[in-house]
Amino acid sequence: MGMTITEKILAKAAKRANVIPGESVWLDVDVLMTHDVCGPPTIAIWKKEFGEQAKVWDKQKLVIFPDHYIFTKNVHANRNVDILRQFAAEYDLPNYYDVGTERYKGVCHIALAEEGYNVPGTVLFGTDSHTCTSGAFGMFSTGVGNTDAAFILGTGKIWEKIPESIKFTFNGKMPEYLTAKDLILQILGDITTDGATYRAMEFDGEAISGMNMLERMTLTNMAIEGGGMNGIIAVDDVTRNYLKEIGVTQYEEFTSDADAVYHSKYTYDVTKLEPTVAKPHSPDNRATVREVEGTKITKAYVGSCTGGKITDFQYAAKLLLGQKVKVTTFIVPASTQVAKQLEEETISGISLKEIFVNAGCTIAESSCAACLGGPSDTIGRSSDGDVVVSTTNRNFPGRMGSKASQVYLASPLTVAASAVTGELTDPRKFL
Amino acid sequence: MENIITGKAYVLGDNIDTDQIIPAEHLVYSTSDPEELKKYGHFALSSVPIEKAGLPQGKTPFIVGENYQSEYKVVIGGSNFGCGSSREHAPLALQVAGVKAIIAESYARIFYRNSVDGGFLIPFEGNEKLNDKIKTGDEVEVDLNANTIKNLTSGNEYQLRPLGSVYDIVNSGGLFNYARENKMI
Repeated sequence: MGMTITEKILAKAAKRANVIPGESVWLDVDVLMTHDVCGPPTIAIWKKEFGEQAKVWDKQKLVIFPDHYIFTKNVHANRNVDILRQFAAEYDLPNYYDVGTERYKGVCHIALAEEGYNVPGTVLFGTDSHTCTSGAFGMFSTGVGNTDAAFILGTGKIWEKIPESIKFTFNGKMPEYLTAKDLILQILGDITTDGATYRAMEFDGEAISGMNMLERMTLTNMAIEGGGMNGIIAVDDVTRNYLKEIGVTQYEEFTSDADAVYHSKYTYDVTKLEPTVAKPHSPDNRATVREVEGTKITKAYVGSCTGGKITDFQYAAKLLLGQKVKVTTFIVPASTQVAKQLEEETISGISLKEIFVNAGCTIAESSCAACLGGPSDTIGRSSDGDVVVSTTNRNFPGRMGSKASQVYLASPLTVAASAVTGELTDPRKFL
Repeated sequence: MENIITGKAYVLGDNIDTDQIIPAEHLVYSTSDPEELKKYGHFALSSVPIEKAGLPQGKTPFIVGENYQSEYKVVIGGSNFGCGSSREHAPLALQVAGVKAIIAESYARIFYRNSVDGGFLIPFEGNEKLNDKIKTGDEVEVDLNANTIKNLTSGNEYQLRPLGSVYDIVNSGGLFNYARENKMI
């Protein structure tokens, strides 16, 4: 019987010839990633459980990105970064990216890609549900809690249940008004927020082949919004070229067998899809932008691991060139590298940063910022009565701050078009 | 592991995400300092919209006033309990508040793992939907040997799904205890 790409990678990590969905196996972990919110409790559990013997299993395989609550006066949040800093110093950790230094990166899932930690065929665990993002690189990646992370930190091993796989095939060439965000919101409306629970979400098709790595990461990033254990896209020339540019050359490629068994399969024709949103208060509450067009908004937000990559800002800038925003609009580059790219990349000779400034947007420093609300002084945090249109990933009650606010999740094109008109707007009006 | 858990039930709807269980702004407190730990109990389930807090009538806060412990020991949820962010602070917050078991139709993977591996509470799956059959405030008895929940207020009894492959970890009280008992660490 054939195997899926996810089954093959997990079999390799379990040192097995094959694995069967539903069985639990122990895996050797290639990379453990943590950040300022879940790192400190992970370290506390690790110290408590291993006691005097506590040892980091492999310093090269531990990666720590403070990214969640960085630009805040909250003393408890700052203490968490201090704990990471001390831990990194005490154990002489090579892969710690400290706040306030040139090494600071910003949002972990984007930094993992930029810094070459996403290696095809490997297994990466992180203390963040959006760790599934890395699956765009033909690898297995998923989120875990602090206890599991503490166990990996000390042993390099963790148990996992082999997931069944669901295949999503996108045929056709992407029209200019669609982005990967529209595709994943389409899927979520179809499968709902638990349709892929304990399952792998595998993406392929002509539209995926034509996508750059950053757009592919938008798809795998939101696999967790369907409950998915991981999202995954097989390696192709787009992946190989991205990796070559950042100097990653040693890796193993896996692909699903033609006779691999899937839980289910979904097929889409992208030329028949249209700009899509998730209405409050769930990522699966799908509507086309046309269906909600005219809904008044109070804020627009472009940022996060989902929608704060350079490609997201290219989309937004294309629409905001020469325009003025009608509502407060936040531009939050996910990483410091993206922030630099905003200054370097141009449209019609004007840098993306200038386009945003000229349009009246507020540009913030790189971090997770208001995607998850955060401490009360977090930039972009929603207030009572706000109606936000955002490129982020979740619109649960209170997720972006106030319980009495509403969040519409949308593509960077839809967010930019809506920012210009002050109401939810189909980007096709501007293209 | 206790064999019988008896206490009042607190009933919630479907898709209770971890932002509702413990809002992100509170994730700054220490999980090892006993005093700060109480904050997690105090803010447990604080972002559940008030009309859906304590079904069927709603508007029943899980935590009253300045307390950090709840009068409810068993949470009855719907489908996809604990979806969203991976924060282990979610089952921790419920544990600090005094919750011993959750009975839901289904769980999001990370919340389920965290509950089991961290040894915070026992995540049972019902054989049927129970959040429309048990009311907030009902006295219930969960029998871990028989895999049943009895509603002492109404007299009805329902079967729960066996814990299956995670039983040993639950029985050990979490992943680390399990690993020590099995000489893995």
